[in-house]
Amino acid sequence: MEPFEKVHGVVAPLDLPNVDTDQIIPKQFLKRIERTGFGQFLFYDWRFLEGKTLNPEFELNQERYRGARILVARANFGCGSSREHAPWSLLDYGFRCVIAPSFADIFFNNCFKNGLLPVRLSEEQVEAIFQRVRKTAGFRMTVDLQKQQIQAEGGMSYGFQVDPFRRRCLLNGWDDIGLTLRHEDLITQFESRNAPLLTLPSV
Amino acid sequence: MKPQTLFDKIWTAHLVREEPGQPCLLYIDRHLVHEVTSPQAFEGLRLAGRPVRRPDLTFATMDHNIPTTDRQLPIRDPIAAKQVQTLEENCREFEITLFDLNSPYQGIVHVIGPELGLTLPGLTLVCGDSHTSTHGAFGALAFGIGTSEVEHVLATQCLLQDKPRTLLVQVEGQRPYGVEAKDIILSIIGRIGTSGGAGSVIEYAGQTIRDLTMEERMTVCNMSIEGGARAGMIAPDDTTFNYLRGRRYAPANFEEAVAGWKKLTSDPGAEFDNTIHIEAAGLSPQVTWGTNPGHVAPIDSRVPDPAEFDDPNARKSAERALQYMALKPGTPLVDIAVDRVFIGSCTNSRLEDLRSAARFVKGRRVSSGVEAMVVPGSQQVKWQAEKEGLHHLFRESGFDWRESGCSMCLGMNPDILRPGQRCVSTSNRNFEGRQGKGGRTHLVSPVMAAAAAIEGHLVDVRQYELERTPSSNPT
Ligand code: SF4
Repeated sequence: MEPFEKVHGVVAPLDLPNVDTDQIIPKQFLKRIERTGFGQFLFYDWRFLEGKTLNPEFELNQERYRGARILVARANFGCGSSREHAPWSLLDYGFRCVIAPSFADIFFNNCFKNGLLPVRLSEEQVEAIFQRVRKTAGFRMTVDLQKQQIQAEGGMSYGFQVDPFRRRCLLNGWDDIGLTLRHEDLITQFESRNAPLLTLPSV
Repeated sequence: MKPQTLFDKIWTAHLVREEPGQPCLLYIDRHLVHEVTSPQAFEGLRLAGRPVRRPDLTFATMDHNIPTTDRQLPIRDPIAAKQVQTLEENCREFEITLFDLNSPYQGIVHVIGPELGLTLPGLTLVCGDSHTSTHGAFGALAFGIGTSEVEHVLATQCLLQDKPRTLLVQVEGQRPYGVEAKDIILSIIGRIGTSGGAGSVIEYAGQTIRDLTMEERMTVCNMSIEGGARAGMIAPDDTTFNYLRGRRYAPANFEEAVAGWKKLTSDPGAEFDNTIHIEAAGLSPQVTWGTNPGHVAPIDSRVPDPAEFDDPNARKSAERALQYMALKPGTPLVDIAVDRVFIGSCTNSRLEDLRSAARFVKGRRVSSGVEAMVVPGSQQVKWQAEKEGLHHLFRESGFDWRESGCSMCLGMNPDILRPGQRCVSTSNRNFEGRQGKGGRTHLVSPVMAAAAAIEGHLVDVRQYELERTPSSNPT
């Protein structure tokens, strides 16, 4: 996993609550067997009209949000299906950070495994960011995971909290599996203690 | 000792390592795998040169993207075919049992786990699919995971997990006539909202829950995720044990196992982080009107007016939903006409679901202009239903009778809605575009779906004399 220290870039808005992973990446694109190349399908049904024409009414399509690295959204972002294709497509599109008042559990987890930082802020703080984004074309922020701080021009500065373990993994780009395998002896002990329960009848 | 919840007992029994300030390392007893969320996980193993730690505890099937038409024909979509073939190759390479399209045990992963006795009380069970919560109906701790976690479980048979909170949902009293398990869970979601269970494991308890059959309990636990919860669970009892006895992978020393399982209940006085009480007497058949499962209302009510929502977020979401659903506030729900009816999905595609729908359609005809289909949850369900002649009842009344799979629950295969079509569905998600781009979904119970197919619009099933059966009310 690519380490995450900080990201500086254009902020794009997605002004909807309960954005589900079916919207983030519709099912017709889940048939690929790779982890890459999903960015072109991000928010597909919203981004595109019939064929491949960009939907001018979808905010993210506006020129001012081109190259955005930070997405700001409303509550319960990423609900629904567990598909990890959701963070893959956000990352592949160019986002490194999503800010929202709350996230659905599985999506939240999946983000950390891929180096996409989900940041929880209060409803008021998120609202303030929305207002700035709309007022200032090309509005940029810096999200610093080391300092757990978000900063933008004009004195905007918010602290945020990330679980210390996840923060460390993200900062170092550590692979969970590698970490777990350091405790392989404990896993083996658990298995021998519980061997009868872990033996299935042969059929 | 401090009284423990059912969840606490299973959690504690599976701790491999616990260290302050770090997520717990939790052992996973069963891992179910399907074609859509696994290829990248297997690829990850290959790249790192890691084996599957416990292929004997890992089971795979193909359900999400497969066609539900003739199994003798090749899969026409080349990308879907590739994904299915990739699962076959991965299972062969890593020596994992696969119930493929030719297997008599193939089916939706959450239907076949219980059916095969892979799902048992007290186990931890995961799958790269959010509706893994279904298996909690047996008193297991079962939850959905992402693909990186699938790889993690394949490699280590463990998961790093933060301890979730607990939510007790207590449902008491006798269900009124016409109220199905689906209506209970939709009512609960209507009450707690789509994120009300976030960060929590729900335990469903109370007499109403005790009275549910095993299949009904699965319907309830299945949709825990729609309330935002990680998992849902129900303490095992005789209903559970009777269901499991004699299943293919059930323990050989079954009665001994039962003695252990009987301890899997929340102790009196065990503390939950939250509790809600529901009186079953106040419940009625439910239908969703919007674009998330929390947008739900009793069938005898009207399409709500977004202006009446206090919370601005809820208002915005309702406005957008009504626009997408092409519904006007104040319209009686029973006046909503339908184009398609789908009976299937891991929520409602088991034998009792099919029986309850079949009983309703018997001797009736699907309304002209309505396309209706039944997709059994598994080959076993299909076989049993055909043995009972249910397929004849469905076909005679004008339903399509298909092979098992996820089908139009998510429309990854060719079973999809056309833009603008309105579907009454027994599945679990009414998200925008879920069943096909521009498609509109109303979630209901199987008997409500059957009735909508016959009448051509949503109906309140209480207006009919329903036969009382195991899947209707216990009397
Ligand atoms: S039936 Fe639907 S919800 Fe269930 S596993 Fe399949 S796609 Fe997911």
